[in-house]
Amino acid sequence: MSGGDIATVGELLAHAHAMELEAQERYEFLARQMETHNNRELARLFQTLARVEGKHAREIEERMKGMDVPEIGPLDFRWEGAESPEALDLGDMDYLMSPRRALLLALAAEQRAHAFFAGLLERTADEGIRRFAAEFAEEEREHVDRVHRELRKYPEEDDRRHEDMDPAGEG
Amino acid sequence: MTVQTPRRYKASDFKSDINPIWCPGCGDYHVLLSVTRALAEMGTPPEDIAVISGIGCSSRFPAYTNCYGFHGVHGRSLALATGLKVARPDLTVLVMSGDGDGFSIGGNHFLHACRRNVDMTYIVMDNRVYGMTKGQPSPTTEPDWDSALSPGGTGLSPFHPLVIALASGANFVARTFSGDIRNATRIIVEAVQHPGFSFVEILSPCVTFRPDEREWKNMVHPAAVEPTDDPARAARRIMTDDGFNVGVLYKGRRKPFAGQVAAEAGDAAVFDEEFAL
Ligand SMILES: Cc1ncc(C[n+]2csc(CCOP(=O)(O)OP(=O)(O)O)c2C)c(N)n1
Ligand code: SF4
Repeated sequence: MSGGDIATVGELLAHAHAMELEAQERYEFLARQMETHNNRELARLFQTLARVEGKHAREIEERMKGMDVPEIGPLDFRWEGAESPEALDLGDMDYLMSPRRALLLALAAEQRAHAFFAGLLERTADEGIRRFAAEFAEEEREHVDRVHRELRKYPEEDDRRHEDMDPAGEG
Repeated sequence: MTVQTPRRYKASDFKSDINPIWCPGCGDYHVLLSVTRALAEMGTPPEDIAVISGIGCSSRFPAYTNCYGFHGVHGRSLALATGLKVARPDLTVLVMSGDGDGFSIGGNHFLHACRRNVDMTYIVMDNRVYGMTKGQPSPTTEPDWDSALSPGGTGLSPFHPLVIALASGANFVARTFSGDIRNATRIIVEAVQHPGFSFVEILSPCVTFRPDEREWKNMVHPAAVEPTDDPARAARRIMTDDGFNVGVLYKGRRKPFAGQVAAEAGDAAVFDEEFAL
């Protein structure tokens, strides 16, 4: 995971904030998507995850007050792909997706977010950046633990393909 | 790090409140992200942009943006967009289509839009199938794609949109992949900013009728060469690539067609005179 070019605390906060906000918006979007496709259980799960990310975004906004935080263009974030590491990939979705599968994707997203801050912490010597990076890495680790706990509620992979009332390619 | 302050727009400023009803996992969601990010990057106000489409899952696009839009009839988006751009050259015109809409019923318009070279951007979300009507093969479908609706495959040679665009006179030709949002965003920005008719094929998986296309993310690779302004060279490259090369393949220097109406745009008397019986 990238992040090496983050040179100021302001830039770090801009990235951390964008990461949480994008994760929140993505979960909200997915919750609406699953409502549209009548997968209510998953819609609820995504709403819950959106609330968690939203709370974290608000906390970072508090930290940003009075700081010099730059605006960063969509193509200029220092993560590897175009998407923040904490956002689920829209291409991984499936309308019959089980909560376990969704949580595994959420777990991978939290692990990517953790790796982003942990990697930055390892590479940078700047004390201010290190302090924030350590704090954010720890928070992401807590998120990872939380998703692990959620996953225990769904120990078995639950294949819902048999529930498909409108299978593709049989028209 | 490039930090542009203050930015005028965020990608969300170009998204409407309407929930897309595409299937979860559909590549068109990624295209929506890339297009809205590209528009934010360019900073053109939403009210100065028109998004035009025909019919198909991909053609639902205008409703999901906050720009002006027109969800037209099947295969006719380019005709509509051409008229609009010639009458209102001040607008940025994006045309959103699918491989069925653009290359079957709209195939003839495609040729002539390339030939006319009006300054607009034509984005085709190519999933090599008719998604909206439940999985019929399209002009870009592989000849051996076996399905309930085409047992054993069609056996027909696929249409080659990029080569046809080049041969017909498009001034910018590129291919990208929906899941590579950064590359797609950059290419859309470049396409819109390049004068004349820009054609961008976006490989955009239909996860419902072509679940095999989920693999595309492992098959695409960056074009190994710089874009050329020589159509013959570009055509040779495209004809011999594997169909999964992504990047800008051709950037021409033809002067865009502006039409004569531009000078008198807004003057209703001119139209009255022209259509007087
Ligand atoms: C004149 C007319 N003919 C046929 C149709 C039926 N029809 C609707 S969408 C479509 C094909 C869509 O395929 P494509 O453009 O590839 O879009 P996708 O749904 O795959 O995004 C067809 C044949 C129509 N709506 N109008
Ligand atoms: S049918 Fe295919 S193209 Fe249409 S929304 Fe679903 S996945 Fe996308």
